[in-house]
Formats: sequence, structure tokens, C-alpha cells
Amino acid sequence: MKTFTYERATSPAAAASAAADRPGARFIAGGTNLLDLMKLQIETPAHLIDVNRLGLDRIEPTDEGGLRIGALVRNSDLAGDKRVRSDYAVLSRALLAGASGQLRNKATTAGNLLQRTRCPYFYDTTKPCNKRKPGSGCAAIKGFSRNLAIMGTSDACIATHPSDMAVAMRLLDAQVDTVSPDGTKRIIPIADFHRLPGETPHLESALAPGELIVSVTLPKPLGGTHVYRKVRDRASYAFALVSVAAVFGKNGEARFAFGGLAPKPWRVDAADAAAKNGAGAVAEAALAGASVTRHNAFKKDLTARTLASVYAQEARP
Amino acid sequence: MTTEDFNRVSRRTILGASAAICAAPAATAAVPASAAKKPGAQGLLPVTLKVNGKHLHLDLDPRTTLLDALREHLRLTGTKKGCDHGQCGACTVIVEGRRINSCLTLAVMHDGESVTTIEGLGTPEKLHPMQKAFVVHDGYQCGYCTPGQICSAVAMLDEIAAGLPSHVTADLDKVRFSDAEVRERMSGNICRCAAYSNIVAAIRDVAEQDA
Amino acid sequence: MKFDQPATLNPIDRGRVIGIAHDRIDGPAKVTGTAPYAYERHDVAPNAAYGWIVGSAIAKGSISAIDTRAAEAAPGVFAVVTHENAGPLGKGEMNTAHLLGGPRIEHFDQALALVVAGTLEQARDAARLVRIDYAREEGQFELAAEKDKAVKPPVSWGTQPDSAAGDFDAGFASAAVKIDRTYTTPDHSHAMMEPHASTAAWLGGRLTLWTSNQMIAWAVKELALTLKMKPEDIHVMSPYIGGGFGSKLFLRADAVLAALGARAAGRPVKVAIARPQIPNNTTHRPATIQRIRIGADKNGVIDAIGHEVWSGDLPGGGIESAAMQTRLLYGGKNRMTAHRLAVLDLPEGNAMRAPGEAVGLLALEVAMDELAEKCGVDPVELRIRNDVQYDPEVGPKRPFSSRKLIECLRQGADRFGWSKRNPKPGQVRDGHWLVGMGVAAAFRNNIASKSGARVSVDGKGQVTVETDMTDIGTGSYTIIAQTAAEMLGVAMEAVTVRLGDSKYPVSAGSGGQWGGNSSTAGVYAACMVLRGILAQKAGFNAEDAEFEDGMIKAAGKAIPLKQAAGRDGASAEDKIEFGDLSKRYAQATFGAHFCEVGVDMHTGETRVRRMGGAFAAGRILNPKAARSQVIGAMAMGVGAALMEELTVDTRFGYFVNHDMAEYQVPVHADIPEQDVLFVDELDDKSSPMKAKGVGELGICGAGAAVANAIYNACGVRIRDYPLTLDKVIRSLPAA
Repeated sequence: MKTFTYERATSPAAAASAAADRPGARFIAGGTNLLDLMKLQIETPAHLIDVNRLGLDRIEPTDEGGLRIGALVRNSDLAGDKRVRSDYAVLSRALLAGASGQLRNKATTAGNLLQRTRCPYFYDTTKPCNKRKPGSGCAAIKGFSRNLAIMGTSDACIATHPSDMAVAMRLLDAQVDTVSPDGTKRIIPIADFHRLPGETPHLESALAPGELIVSVTLPKPLGGTHVYRKVRDRASYAFALVSVAAVFGKNGEARFAFGGLAPKPWRVDAADAAAKNGAGAVAEAALAGASVTRHNAFKKDLTARTLASVYAQEARP
Repeated sequence: MTTEDFNRVSRRTILGASAAICAAPAATAAVPASAAKKPGAQGLLPVTLKVNGKHLHLDLDPRTTLLDALREHLRLTGTKKGCDHGQCGACTVIVEGRRINSCLTLAVMHDGESVTTIEGLGTPEKLHPMQKAFVVHDGYQCGYCTPGQICSAVAMLDEIAAGLPSHVTADLDKVRFSDAEVRERMSGNICRCAAYSNIVAAIRDVAEQDA
Repeated sequence: MKFDQPATLNPIDRGRVIGIAHDRIDGPAKVTGTAPYAYERHDVAPNAAYGWIVGSAIAKGSISAIDTRAAEAAPGVFAVVTHENAGPLGKGEMNTAHLLGGPRIEHFDQALALVVAGTLEQARDAARLVRIDYAREEGQFELAAEKDKAVKPPVSWGTQPDSAAGDFDAGFASAAVKIDRTYTTPDHSHAMMEPHASTAAWLGGRLTLWTSNQMIAWAVKELALTLKMKPEDIHVMSPYIGGGFGSKLFLRADAVLAALGARAAGRPVKVAIARPQIPNNTTHRPATIQRIRIGADKNGVIDAIGHEVWSGDLPGGGIESAAMQTRLLYGGKNRMTAHRLAVLDLPEGNAMRAPGEAVGLLALEVAMDELAEKCGVDPVELRIRNDVQYDPEVGPKRPFSSRKLIECLRQGADRFGWSKRNPKPGQVRDGHWLVGMGVAAAFRNNIASKSGARVSVDGKGQVTVETDMTDIGTGSYTIIAQTAAEMLGVAMEAVTVRLGDSKYPVSAGSGGQWGGNSSTAGVYAACMVLRGILAQKAGFNAEDAEFEDGMIKAAGKAIPLKQAAGRDGASAEDKIEFGDLSKRYAQATFGAHFCEVGVDMHTGETRVRRMGGAFAAGRILNPKAARSQVIGAMAMGVGAALMEELTVDTRFGYFVNHDMAEYQVPVHADIPEQDVLFVDELDDKSSPMKAKGVGELGICGAGAAVANAIYNACGVRIRDYPLTLDKVIRSLPAA
């Protein structure tokens, strides 16, 4: 871990402005991902702005009938919130499928959206990685890629986004609320929040330098049957090989989002449109344009099978 | 060779960077939460932690994790370092009533907060009920993950009591103790000796005592 | 004491303390975090400086230049050790690669430098400032590609690479039923919870090392060879060890570099190998390719059995002896086994829990399941039909000392409810789970090894045992206390056990499941001498004296132990030495694993629902700790079956998934309730304890039972471990 200076921010605006003032500044909230990466010098911030005591830890109803989730609401608190459990069960389920009890107690809503990939070449500084070191190449494409992406990839990067929570947020059409160093606020639809790698896999989100997430807003509840199905090798404490978030409504309508497939929570309109035609049709729509490697080709079949499992689960009383 | 000899060796070349430790009066816990930290000599930051009921003041390199502050500076080595990357759970401690991985948080982020470590739960002469249950049920082998398992288990039972659901909770609003719940909720504490069945038995034992 | 004749009735047979379930005597220290591990010795080495290892970024080649100036100039840095300034170093006889590399580089993450600084943060940061220029060379990293170049290795650890009896080729050719299958197992990582760690301190030319090592005497010897010192100038202590499983059998880089760092910095230094470095810096269990051929009659009775194994290691390294159990487990007059060794430039392969059997049985016991199906014989019955009570390569002149495989199979099957198994795969459903049961035999060789101890009684009647034996989670502290308590007729509370110190008599150490039986036999030997001394002091004939209730009793008189010991106490040291009983008798431990799994009909995820087993391992010294050893080993078998694999990147020549997030081992949620039955057995040819090893038996066959249960559940037979869902769904019909 390289040396850094540390300050504790006193307000969201002050935090954003402090970040703009200091080159190499990073916000730190839960720290469960950032410190992991700092120890390996994959992240090397010169200045840490601790945002933990900004009071952004409340979950409040919005005028539109939705919920505003403070950026610092811990994953376990969000999963356990009574309104989330009853109205956004897919979000509770996704959160509870991720990490461990200890990590969920620390990890925050905003931090989880910004979680970085678990690609093993990203994690090893002796290996090329365009995401970690732009222009150095991608060791993963012809390497060990079993856990990596088959959708939305580029010749530069096939990393996956590892979050479960973000998949449910994407399904629910959440919005990300931010404040910029100059004090301006903006709302970013989650569909636009994460970027695909293209030629610049090191750029992962729509956030501008110094821009701070203050909350994530959920629209009013969808109702229906909520399912989050996560498939992994071991039974717990593991990232998804494939995950499916789904909400089934009336008359066979449904919407789907996928984890473990892409550099961002994956959602395809055509897949939702195919809901009435069953799991196979949804899979075909969701996986259109897939680009697989020798190691991760199974994810196509696994996605279709996981959808079949989700349909079967939804059909259960 | 005695301890005294090594002390002599190390005093001759005393280290400059080890942290100053002193017990602080209780009032210092109430430092303003919003105060920006002013670095002292050598870039060290003052940090006050309430560890196992005692207010302790440290001057720390800001890079110091809570885990290393406990193990290397406060010399509370009951909390273990298994991976240092949030992948094993050996470093689990209870901060402000919640279990966390102390390896993935900076000590300075917890200024003024209350930390319970394995040393704060019980002593060999006066074991906490969970510690006692681990002995009775042989809920360990090598012992290295054990403090983390125990701290995790104590806080985990509170989470069940508070009605917080888990990945295996069938109805998110009906949270009840079960072996399956324990197995899922304790999965962040890896035991390579795999005393898992015995750990579950120990936790069940304590839960039944509490019930 | 020489043990060269079968044991007769002895004080251990009283079974008042031995054989009874005891809580671990080190338990309160472990559950309160007060048991000190190697990196935690503030009590004896306060203000130790911190060492951080710099590993090689390439797999093979050499250092063309190394520049440590920036690191040396970094804040808090006291010293940087490299091959250039470390002084002349030797190499331990048991190390294949050098523990400090350079200029030659033998594997990825081989230690090339140690940075010593005042704090961990400073050392870790400065380690990144060591600049190394490499001259990279091509290497061989893929076992399958090197298989045909593999050669017959020399005899190692007394193991002949090949064996034969009868005429395998003829027997196999003429068999009515044939199985000819190839199985593969990947490289495995021990992944013990405590990283390799050492604290070193010098006083003059003498070195004190607190470390985490299973074999104290080996550590002293190997350290002396490496540092070119006299063994008597080295003091090694390892009272608590946070798991080993073979990874800490040998001297590793933490110990050597802590010593070198402490010498360079002029102060005590501690070094832990960082978790992401462990899989590539240290040893691993090598991958295997195994071909098994079995020829049987239509009833499944084996006539010919052949097992060939290919594995790889660095030049000068050794084999994974995965065919060993096939020499002894089943009958059949025509037999062959062979091990071939390829050169690979991956990190050093070496022993991991039950080397040989752990992966050998992953192949053999699946082959037996395939044979059972082909013959239409129940898999339990098939194994019973092929039981043999003597070494089948030698014949009846070398019987087993005791062998209760059949009892294990029958009793285990009963307890597990094996009779409810539907032999036809894919027939049982529970919701979305396809449910199946599997069985596998467990077999692990029994090794006994010379072991010494010193036992004393003081004037208060308190007993102290000292031996350099280690407790790696096995329960050594407790069984040694039990042994002394039984032998001297005192309560457990009256016994203090001191372990893991090179100043104590040399023991068998912990490895190969030889530690428990051997080390307690060594304590037995010392206690027998002490009994003689005490009896004599009490004025009794040693043969007549009974030791019980803290008294020595003979001829109608009883004298308190403390009185006999006298104010100055009494002490005796002895060791057990084993004669040729293991040559005259085949000695091994046996068991039967049963497993029920669910395979998700959609996703192919496998979850173990129940596990049970019956085991025969001689006298079970402490049933509580022995059971824990077995269930833990069974869980490690589940890991091998379902998830564990060090993935080789053959371009760069290293294990890609080198941390605990990516190299997955079972978590709580993976392991269900486990049932363990110990079948009554005393083995009088194994030791005066009549015990055998049990710490590794539980992993032997456990993974094969999982594999066979998967087949029974869903009809998918996978022969390449681990049996991950991607391999299952390849053959799983759409649900």
C-alpha cells in the first residue's frame, strides 16, 4: 500500500470539492474492495477522503412512491430493511447472495456499484491488464477466463462486474444520485452508470472526477414475484458464474437482468420481450452477440439453464 | 535464551516507527466525529479506540488496518490474519456491535468506535459461553480461524435475533434459527481443518441456552 | 525402547484415560486467542522488524539486474536481502527449489528479496520498489504435453516407482469384464489458515526461530544446511501451528528469510508469506494423470489390476505416488503399478494430506464404481468380494497386521441407509434436486516413526512431558497428556505437555498420519522407564507396581507418586524405535465413505446432503479429536471432488488463482452433518499403543464417494477433477 494522506469529510459537497482539489484522491467508504486493491498496489490513491460519517445512511420513501437509499447504507442494512424485503425482494435476495455477513456489514450501496472486477489477471500486477494498466494488453482473453464475461466484451477486456446488488438495481431501474465538486447534482440512470470496456476498460463508470454518489433511488415497487438465482461452484461466499434477477408480473410478463456475464449488470429489452416464450427464448435474446472463450463457453448453456431454474422457481407456489 | 536477552537486542536498535500506546481517559472517546485529522510526526495520525471496554490512544500510519492496529500495535494477537484480503474471516471482530473483517478497514476510519475482540469475550479462566461451547464440541483443530469463528458466531446470533434474513431464509420476514441458517451465515469464516459440523453444534448449543 | 514384537497386555490397555473422549487441553488457549502462533511473539521478540518477500515475476530464467537502492532509501527500511548480499547459502535436502532465488529463477513467485522495515506498511510498500530485470527462458508447464517425456524416477522415501505381480497384460487381456479409464486430478493447494510465518532473532552466532513447522528436527537440520551453520546453534520453536496439511513439513522461505533479514537488520525480524504468494511460492500437491485398468470375472472378482500415474515436478523433484494404494487395497493375481515423472517448471510439488492415496483413490474408487456397474454388482458388495487379508503383491506370507475393510463397509452401509439406494442413476428426485448416493473405500498406509520424549514427575506429583512433537490441530497435546496420565495413573489435570521445541527430545513430528501413534508410543517408552525409576524409589518391583489414583501400588502397599518422586522429582527420557514389523506385516488403515448428493437438475450445481463413514485405525486414542480429524479430512475430500484446482496458465507458467477467493475450499454451507463410526480395532503390531494413524484416512476416498454419488444422482460420469457444474451440464439432459 502506497502512502496517502487521509481526511474525514464533513459534508458531501465538501467531500466532492476536496476530491477535485487533490490529484489522486479517492473516496473511501466500506473499504472492502478499495483496501484489498490498495494492498496489492492495483489502486494507489495519494489521498483518501473518508466519507463514512456523512450521514448518508438512511433509507427514505420518495414522493414518487419509491425509496431513496443513502450511499452509505450498508449492504446488510439494505437487505434487511423491511420495505426492501417486502417491495424489492429481488434486491434483498441479491444482496444476501453476495460476499459474507462480515463484508455485507461493511460494504456500502455506492461502493458496491463501483466494485471492481475479480479477473485474476487484473489482480496480478506481474501480468498485462488493460484495465489496470491501459495499453498493456489483456492476459485473460487467451488465458484462464472461466469466470469472465461473454457479453459486452471487447478485444481489450473481458472482465465481469462482480456485484450481485447492481444486477438487482439494474433490474429495478434504479437511479444514481450524485454531487459534483462544483455542487451540481445529477441523476444517472443505472443503465448508463456502468460503461462497457471498448478500448478504455479502465474507465468503468459514468462518474466524473470528484463526483460523489449520495444516494441510489428506486422507483415505485413493481409488485410481482421476485427471484434472484445465483449459480456458483461453492454454496456460499463466492462470486457468481451466472446470476439471474427476475421479476415476474401478471400475464406472463417478466423482466430479467444478469450477473456474471458482462462488464456491467446485463439487461436486454428483447429478453424481457421474450418472457412469455419461456426460458429458452429469453436466453437466446439475452445472449445475442455472445463472444465466448474456450473456458467460459459453458456460460451460454448455464444461462439458459439458470433461466429454466428461475422459471421453475417462479412457477412454484 | 531469555526474553530479557531479546529485549536487550531490540533496545539497542530501537525502532522509530512503533506506535505509542497509552490508556486514555474515557472522555477522549468523544472526539468530534467530523474533525479532519491532523497528521503528527512522521505522518502518524492520532486514533482513539475503545477496545474491549478500554479507551486506547494510538498514533498510527494511516495505512494501518484495524487488524494490524490490534495485532501489532495493541498486541492483541487473538485476532488472526489468514489472508489479509477479506477472503477467510479469521480477522473477524465486532465493531459497534457488528461483525466485520478487520483486515479490510483502516484503524483511522474507526476513531472513537468500540471494538470487541476475542480477548474481550472471555479468558481461559472465564470463558464466554461460545468459547466454552467450542471447547466442548471440539469446534476447532489448529485454532487459527477459531477467534474469528467465535466473534462471528456471537454477532451472528444477534443478527438472527434481530430478524435479519439470509440467503437461505425461505420467507424474508420469517427468520428462525436453524443449522442451515448457521451454515450460510458462518460461510464467511473458512476453517480449512473443517471443524464445520462441530462449530455448528457449538453454536446450536449456545443458541439453545439463550432461547 | 525397541518395538520389534507384537505388543502384549500393557498399561495402556486399562483404557481409563486413553480411548476416552477428552476436550483438548489446549482448547481454552485457542478459543481465547491466547495461544501464540509464530508471528505473534511480542512476548519474546518485542519490537521485531517486519520482512516482506519479493517474489519472482517470471517462472524460469534468471535475474539480469537487481536494484535495491530505491527500496533501501524508502522510509523505515533497515535492510534488503537478495542473493547478492545474503552470503553463501546451501539448500535443504528436502527442498527442490532454493528458498532464496537468484540469479537463477526456478519458479514464479520464488523469493528473490526480503525487505525489512520498521512497520509492516513500510516493508510492504518498499518491497514494490525493488527493481528486477529478468532474462526470461522458455519452460514446460503442461503435464499433458510432457506426459510422453516422463521418465521412471529413482526410489524416493523408500518407494519403488513400479511394482508387478503375476502377468498383468495376459490377465487383463483374458478378463471377462474390463475397465480401462483415464482420470485426471489438478494441482491442489494446502490453504491452511495460518500463512507460513517465522520470527527470527540472533544472539551472537546463535539463531532462535519461532516458526510454524510440522517437523522441528527437520527444520533445524535443513536450516543449518541452508545457512551453513551448526545445528546446535539453532533453536526452533513451534508450539502452535495454524494448520499444515503437509505445507509446513519442510523449511520454507519465511524461516530462511526471517533469519537472513534479522542478521542483516541486526534485530529480530518476522516474516509471513502473504496469502496471494502462498500457492506459487510454497509447495502444492501435484496434478496427476492416472490410467486404471481392471480385469474381472462377470461377478466382479478382480483378476488383473493396473494403475499408471503421471505427474510432474521441478528437476530433482518427486512423484505424486497415486498408485500406492492399488498395490494393497484389492486382490487379483495379475498386477502392475507404475509412476512416471515429467519435468515441469511450475512451483515445487510436494506432500499434501495423504500424498498418493488422496488423489489415487479419486481415480481407483471411481473405477471400482464403474466396474460395479458393468458387472451389475452392488458397489459395497464388489469391494467386499475383492477384499484380501494379505499383501496381494507378496502373498499370504505378508498378512495385514489388521484389516477391517469389510466391517467398515458393512457397518457404514447400515448406518447410512445404503440399502435405500437405487442402483439406476437419475431415478431419485427431491424438488429440483437429483439425488444420489455413492460409496468409496478408504485406505491409508500406516507409517510408524522413531519418536522420543522426556517425562518428569515433580515433588508435588505434577507430571511434565517434553517432546519436539507438534500439534497442527491434530490433538497431540491432549493424546500425549492422556498417554502420560494413563501410564502414571494420574489425572489429566496433573499433566503438563510441552511441544514443538528443538531443545526437547526428537519426535516423529506431524506428517503422513504417523504423528499420533508414534509420538504417544515415544511417551509410552519414556513412561515405562520412569515407572521403573519410581517403583525402584518406592521400593517396589517394577513389574508388580500398579500406577493409579496418583499412587504406586504393590504388595498391598500404596505410596503417593510425589513421595516416590521425592523432593527433587524424577525424570526419564526414552524413544520408541520400530523394528521390522512393518515389513513382516502390511500395515494400513481402512474405512468406507458414504455420501448423498443433490445435483441441481437445471444448473448442475452439486451440494452434498449427507456424509458418513466407518473407519478402522487401531486404538482411537481420543475419539473426540480423532472424529474431528476425520470429518475435516472428509470435507477436504469434498473440496477435491467439487471445487479445488490450482489453474495453470501455461503461457506464463504459474497458478493463476493464487488467493482464497479464487482457489476455493469448502465453506460452512458446503459441509452437511457428518457421521463417523470407529470400528473396534487394536493393532498390536503397530505400536505399544495399538493405535494407527487417523489424520489422513478421512480424505482418502471421500472425494470418490462424492463423484460416485453424482453419477448415481444424474448419470453423468466425470473423470477430470474437480467435478464442477460446467462439466456436469455438458452431459446433463435439459431439465
